Amino acid sequence: MTTANTVLSPAKRRPVSWGNPLTYALALAVAAVSITPVIYVVIGGFRTTPQIVANPAALPDPWVFDNYIRVLTESNFWRQAFNSAVVSLGTTLGVVALGVSAAFVLARYTFRGREVLYTFFTLGLLFPAGAAILPLYLMLRDLSLINSYYAVILPQVAFSLPLTIVILRPFLSAIPRELEDAAAIDGTGRLGFLWRIMLPLARPALVTVGILAFVTSWNAFLLPLLVLGDASLHTLPLGVQQFSSQYSSDTAGILAFTSLAMLPALLFFTFAEKQIVGGLQGAVKG
Amino acid sequence: MSSVNQTLNPAGGVSAPPAGLRPADRKAGRARETRRKWYEIIGLTTPAIVVYVMFVLVPIGFAFYYSLFRWRGVGPPTDYIGFDNYVMAFQDPIFLDALRNNAIIVFGSLLIQGPIALGVALLLNRHFRGRTVFRLLAFVPYVLAEVTVGIMWKLILTENGTFDALLRSIGLGGLIQAWLADLDIVIWTLLFVLTWKYVGFAIILLLAGLSNVPQELNEAAQIDGASWWQIQRHVTLPLLGPTIRIWMFLSMIGSLQVFDVIWVTSVPAVRSLGASATMATYMVDNGFFARLWGYGNAIAVILFVISFVAAILFQRFLLRRDIEGAITRKAK
Repeated sequence: MTTANTVLSPAKRRPVSWGNPLTYALALAVAAVSITPVIYVVIGGFRTTPQIVANPAALPDPWVFDNYIRVLTESNFWRQAFNSAVVSLGTTLGVVALGVSAAFVLARYTFRGREVLYTFFTLGLLFPAGAAILPLYLMLRDLSLINSYYAVILPQVAFSLPLTIVILRPFLSAIPRELEDAAAIDGTGRLGFLWRIMLPLARPALVTVGILAFVTSWNAFLLPLLVLGDASLHTLPLGVQQFSSQYSSDTAGILAFTSLAMLPALLFFTFAEKQIVGGLQGAVKG
Repeated sequence: MSSVNQTLNPAGGVSAPPAGLRPADRKAGRARETRRKWYEIIGLTTPAIVVYVMFVLVPIGFAFYYSLFRWRGVGPPTDYIGFDNYVMAFQDPIFLDALRNNAIIVFGSLLIQGPIALGVALLLNRHFRGRTVFRLLAFVPYVLAEVTVGIMWKLILTENGTFDALLRSIGLGGLIQAWLADLDIVIWTLLFVLTWKYVGFAIILLLAGLSNVPQELNEAAQIDGASWWQIQRHVTLPLLGPTIRIWMFLSMIGSLQVFDVIWVTSVPAVRSLGASATMATYMVDNGFFARLWGYGNAIAVILFVISFVAAILFQRFLLRRDIEGAITRKAK
């Protein structure tokens, strides 16, 4: 990929109508590197393990649907997808609710200690979540929360708050003061202003932080690994890992399970990609 | 502030006191208004503060406390041993291997992902038909769960697996290695997998940064006769500086605590020899699975201190200029 820069130099001569074929060639190369392994996994799921052992890099011959059917009917796939959904939605709701409230105060109220409070939250960006995992486990154990959805949701909300507040605050500050004054003249208090005017206007930013929190939670592995020992509470990442070590000789089954586990995140992201890039623009604005 | 706030509050009965009101009344109204403001501030921020303190800050404090004991996690810790756990960690060659591996991952990620991401972001920032689709495809690895990425590459890179077959089929069979089993190679294989997984994140951030570069600047430079390459070098790149530094910062913190991909992709046997261990996998292996809770917490503190110091140094020397303008645009 480092060749990209050298290859780009022909542009010197034609800055405006820069060679489209070259653009496409490079873009195709990028796309190929990104998705070939994924396609391999998905297609591999349509082969049998003997086929894969005989020739690891070939198309299915014949195509078999048995692996996918097996995963969908016999494994805990649906149970785990449900658990993942509960945990991710819970995390997302928690982060957005707590994040908006705090960011609203930090953006629209003038009070002593405001910047201190903001710095206090941004400090969380420096804290590696991984470092806290062992004491977190001990604390959740003492609170008797191990093996419950809360054991995953509450810490995930906490660790997503700093980024959420950092992204939301500029959005909420940017909403013109005049709107607040107008609302006041119409007899709306600050809380009414937050609920009826601020939230609808800040929806793009809310969607962004919501998606980030959701995807992070959906993909999370370390925290669930430690606090969800009960197999009936396993989320999809734990399920995939479990399946792949339990049936390690069933390569085709693992490929099928892995592709099915990928699907929700991919679909979700496809619909939300614009929102994420758009929302981050505020956060990385120079 | 004060005058605006008074008009804001009809519910409190103090909305815009008429000019004729007695000064004492006005004063009482203002006090009530201030009190009300503080109720709102406290009510709105308390939930966030409580959750944040309880699940982010408190555990780190506890980690330090537990790290001073020899403790197997049953009952309260009693066997106080001072800093012995820390001494033990730095005398364990496996932990030193883990530190070295983390260093490889931190610098390897910055040096490899940075240029790739910049090239791809500049490419995907050009206007051409189908750009949206290509962007989506480039982000795919980043969206996938670490676990699925790990299992996927584990299957592809396994001995006599797909990758080896591919190499053989193009006549490069001689290059085949035990990608995940060779103790000298496994960390570089993992660095490759991490690069594949996370370069998309750098691309997303850089594209967001690029879309903030005003089109007019490019056009002005073009009119002045600058080539596409000159525009990127002298206009776009400098404006992208803050975004690049933020990415470097996030990448560094992420690399220091990397766990999932390493844990899933590399075999426990290889990990336990140190060849593919990182601070985080070492911490979980020893603290959680081997139930050396005191020792594991000491590793947690070391991991935390290293990340924190790295973050502070980075802030101090590189991010300082950006911190107000970029990551935390100062609220008015």
